Amino acid sequence: MGYKFFTMHHKLITPLTRSTVLKLHAGDTVSLSGEVITARDRAHIFLLDNCVENNQKFPFSLQNGVIYHCGPIVRKNGKNYEIIAAGPTTSSRLEYCTDTLIEKYGISLIIGKAGMGQKTLAGLQGKAVYCAAVGGAAQVLAQSVKRVKNVYKLKEFGEPEAFWVLEVKNFPLIVTMDAHGKSLHQDIREISQKKLNTFLGI
Amino acid sequence: MLRDLETAIVELYRKAATELPQDVRAYLRKSISSEKKGGLAYFTLSTIVKNVDIAARKKKPLCQDTGTPIFFVQYGPNFRQKQLKMIIEKATERATDEVPLRSNSVDILTGKNTGNNVACGIPVIYFEERDEPGVEMGLILKGGGCENVGLTYKLPNLELQATRNLDGIRRCVLDSAQKAQGQGCPPMIASVVAGSPADLIAIEAKRQLFRSIETKNSVPELDAFEKKLTREINELGIGPGGFGGKNTVMATFVSLVGRHPASFFVTISYFCWASRRAILQWNNGSAIFTS
Repeated sequence: MGYKFFTMHHKLITPLTRSTVLKLHAGDTVSLSGEVITARDRAHIFLLDNCVENNQKFPFSLQNGVIYHCGPIVRKNGKNYEIIAAGPTTSSRLEYCTDTLIEKYGISLIIGKAGMGQKTLAGLQGKAVYCAAVGGAAQVLAQSVKRVKNVYKLKEFGEPEAFWVLEVKNFPLIVTMDAHGKSLHQDIREISQKKLNTFLGI
Repeated sequence: MLRDLETAIVELYRKAATELPQDVRAYLRKSISSEKKGGLAYFTLSTIVKNVDIAARKKKPLCQDTGTPIFFVQYGPNFRQKQLKMIIEKATERATDEVPLRSNSVDILTGKNTGNNVACGIPVIYFEERDEPGVEMGLILKGGGCENVGLTYKLPNLELQATRNLDGIRRCVLDSAQKAQGQGCPPMIASVVAGSPADLIAIEAKRQLFRSIETKNSVPELDAFEKKLTREINELGIGPGGFGGKNTVMATFVSLVGRHPASFFVTISYFCWASRRAILQWNNGSAIFTS
């Protein structure tokens, strides 16, 4: 498909402005530093319900911010929380609402595993990017988490589903869906589907 | 003595969650050089190997999803199922605290996480009686990502032009790999079982995950079939992490069980690159761990 892997490596610091987002292209790599907020299934339902119906004020801002599809293992170490392991979870489960959340909250970057679909790709256009982290690499990724800044909804949602506000340094990522309509996941799926059709003779 | 068995099971959890079996480690390390240097597949496999090394060194979980615990237990005449179930549950609570594990048991009605990996039916335990004394416990930690990409097909399947033979099974396996893409954390192990009823093949597909990827199928025809499936899945080009590449599956395991004349199911259970399995042999108060 003519990907020039590693054509660009970007060192990014949050918050991420629109002009920064537009410089990123599928196939590029990123080292991300700054603030990242974890959110998975329950957190997404919460964000969706509250922004659409109540426009409730949140204790954290997602404007130009980063959402990480991750349910970490966290333990209390004295007064502070310690991240034990923090790799990405499957992003496709959140396909139904991510475009809405990007629109409503002004999110700039989504981090997750294995990419998202057409609805999200359309939602990213001109505004935001999706980056993949290596699935299962929870120790490598945890090393890049410098501290837990805060946590919300821990009691109600439980450890994997809470909003963990993390400070990260040089978090290693791959841009796989950019703000210009390109999706590496979609390209790989098309190539493998063609091969499959050849194998099956259909 | 029984308290010691409980502690040995906590250790079994720690081994499973933090150390990959030797065969899987060797595969991952070797596979890096088969991908293009500097490419995304190379980057992904290098990251995975680095992750495996850190987890083993720090004795911390390889993946934040420490999975659903699934036990296969063979117990001798000196044990009872009810008693072993209680010990496993107690050890599971302790392991959640001590390893630690992420709590992965959620109540469907209330949405509440039980917080200790024990819930109705969890941990999953399959018991079998044996004549020899002592007890053997095999444990797999099955991640949610790879469990979600598993599929069960009913043959014949018109869409895939799959009929009730090996080629029909092959069509299902290839289709499931295409649907999975990067979601199950490739390179994975594909565990395939055909037969009926559906619950039997589901259990057998999990049991089969204890096989080393370095072993051959004892049935020559199935051994050749496994190699062909592995080759074809890898030729789909999905690759490590689903970013494109040659290593989508580490191995394919196939076994066949009996079936009702009217039924023919094919199930594929995938195991992510973090194929976490460990075995405890417990006899006369001594514990031996293998994988």
